[in-house]
Amino acid sequence: MSSLAAAPATDLLAVLQARFPAAVARPSGDHPAFNLPMAEVPAALRLFRDEHGYDLLIDVTAVDWDVEATPRFSVVWHLLSSTAHGYVRLVADCASDTEPTAPSVVSLWAGANWHERETFDLMGIRFTDHPDLRRILMWDGYPFHPLRKDFPLAGIETPLPDLEVAELTKVSVLPAPMMGGPFVASTGEMNLTDAEPRAKDESWNERNAKPAVL
Amino acid sequence: MPTDYAFPDSAAKTANAIEAPEFQTEKMSLSMGPSHPSTHGVLRLQLELDGEIVTGCDPVLGYLHRGDEKIAENMTYNQFVPYTDRLDYLAPLANNVAYACAVERLAKLEVPERCQAIRVICSEMARVSAHLLGLGAYGIDVGAWAIFLYTFTEREKLYKLFEELTGARFTTSYTRIGGVARDVPEGWVEKVDAFCDQFLPILENILNLLTRNKIFIDRTQGVGIISKADALAYGLTGPNLRGSGVPLDLRKDKPYSGYERYEFDVAIGAHGDCFDRYMVRGEEMRQSVRIIKQAIKSFPKGDWYAKDAVRIFAARKEKVLTSMEELINNFMITTEGPQMPAGEVYFEAEVPKGALGFFIVSKGGGVPYRMKIRSPSFCNLSILPKVCQGNLVSDVVSILGSLDFVMGECDR
Repeated sequence: MSSLAAAPATDLLAVLQARFPAAVARPSGDHPAFNLPMAEVPAALRLFRDEHGYDLLIDVTAVDWDVEATPRFSVVWHLLSSTAHGYVRLVADCASDTEPTAPSVVSLWAGANWHERETFDLMGIRFTDHPDLRRILMWDGYPFHPLRKDFPLAGIETPLPDLEVAELTKVSVLPAPMMGGPFVASTGEMNLTDAEPRAKDESWNERNAKPAVL
Repeated sequence: MPTDYAFPDSAAKTANAIEAPEFQTEKMSLSMGPSHPSTHGVLRLQLELDGEIVTGCDPVLGYLHRGDEKIAENMTYNQFVPYTDRLDYLAPLANNVAYACAVERLAKLEVPERCQAIRVICSEMARVSAHLLGLGAYGIDVGAWAIFLYTFTEREKLYKLFEELTGARFTTSYTRIGGVARDVPEGWVEKVDAFCDQFLPILENILNLLTRNKIFIDRTQGVGIISKADALAYGLTGPNLRGSGVPLDLRKDKPYSGYERYEFDVAIGAHGDCFDRYMVRGEEMRQSVRIIKQAIKSFPKGDWYAKDAVRIFAARKEKVLTSMEELINNFMITTEGPQMPAGEVYFEAEVPKGALGFFIVSKGGGVPYRMKIRSPSFCNLSILPKVCQGNLVSDVVSILGSLDFVMGECDR
């Protein structure tokens, strides 16, 4: 195991720049962090894993910098060394703002599979060469990527995944968190005060028997 | 047909099951969950079976997805504390501490020693209670009902102590950024100490019911083996990683909240099977008690709230009605949130299920721009398709229990 694993950020940057001249240090509040061109990320991750002991892929995620920002999406990888106990963060910008893609690293770490599926599901980043890029938290066929900044917190009404159910119930799914709670009624549907939780019926108790017909 | 003993490992058993022409049968598809007692919540496994042997496993998640990360982007740092209870809802105190530490890294806040000690005691109590539940449920999964009754009795004692400390048994929301919600009540620490003293012999009794129990050993030993290389490749953390022989414990390796002051051992397994993961959890409970006892012995006096935090995170309420500045400050913190510097931090804490991480991207202001929650259960479950293959359906139950996951945290 290389002694560089727990090295300070400057040493790691020198190591990284020797192989990838385009790498630059990234401002970070804690761990060494680097910006890289997207295409070089798998090779850089392999370098960290094989030569510097960063053997755990802790996390893969993405950040949406804003609807109008360019580049709009960045993908973030966190690595941890199980022997030298240091983290490193790699960040790469997606070239396209409308169809963001990133290279998959499932061939390096099998655990990247679910992280990349989640990032695709919630942020809409397509990972090229991913063996099985399906949604993981939302259901198959869900049309949106909810962690994007243009997706509202209250959700967007989407049809039920099972069309037969929708036909039967005559409603499409109402978005959380405004709807679906036990004491929430749609405006216009009923008097909203009736939908509030009520005190229990106090006309009967241990001493006074419950009326036969309520 | 060769017996089970003829095969060196489960993969060879599967290969044989597939190849033998006289047993070329139709594959069956079985949906296990989302409401199934052994999937501990709402996990669904889409199994492909050849007879009783699992030849394919596709976990289906998301039944408990509440969009915690989206919610976090829409509320202030202080408001998110109760949401962390609902990640791993079996150890809310540990999650509270992990979240508070992450935001404190961003704000560059140091909390006083007393606060650190309180947090360590809380986290370790949460670990004991989470492992007790995991152990009890695991016992039921593999057919040992009595364990559950004993572990829940002990867990109830812990919950009484939680209630006295935080006012809630389950969703504690105890930490604040820069401190804890209130100081420990009078006499509470002594009660925790007394709990530890009576707990250790009971723990031995509980573990003795399983450790040399023939039925339990048959159900767990040699089942669901996860090699060291696999454990690392799939990003397993916590007892599941240590059960495979990797001595990675963030409390030891990247100490936070003053863990470097306490002596404890990191238990690791030798074979990486279900039995080893059980043994690691058993030993972790003993070590947690050891940490709690040390923390109580050297329980520091002083503040339980960082002085700097009072200005940016929570104003003192005493002067709110008499001092104009205090009132304004209180109002601003409540409405706009604590004013944080811009930056990116990633912090991980060792919670009962593994490494719980928060990646916070701040652009300044009182609301995080992006918060990614790295949940240990999500990563621990990602190995299921690999580890279930070639096992019997009944072993899947055993493997699920040994991974000890919580769907609230997995689906977020």
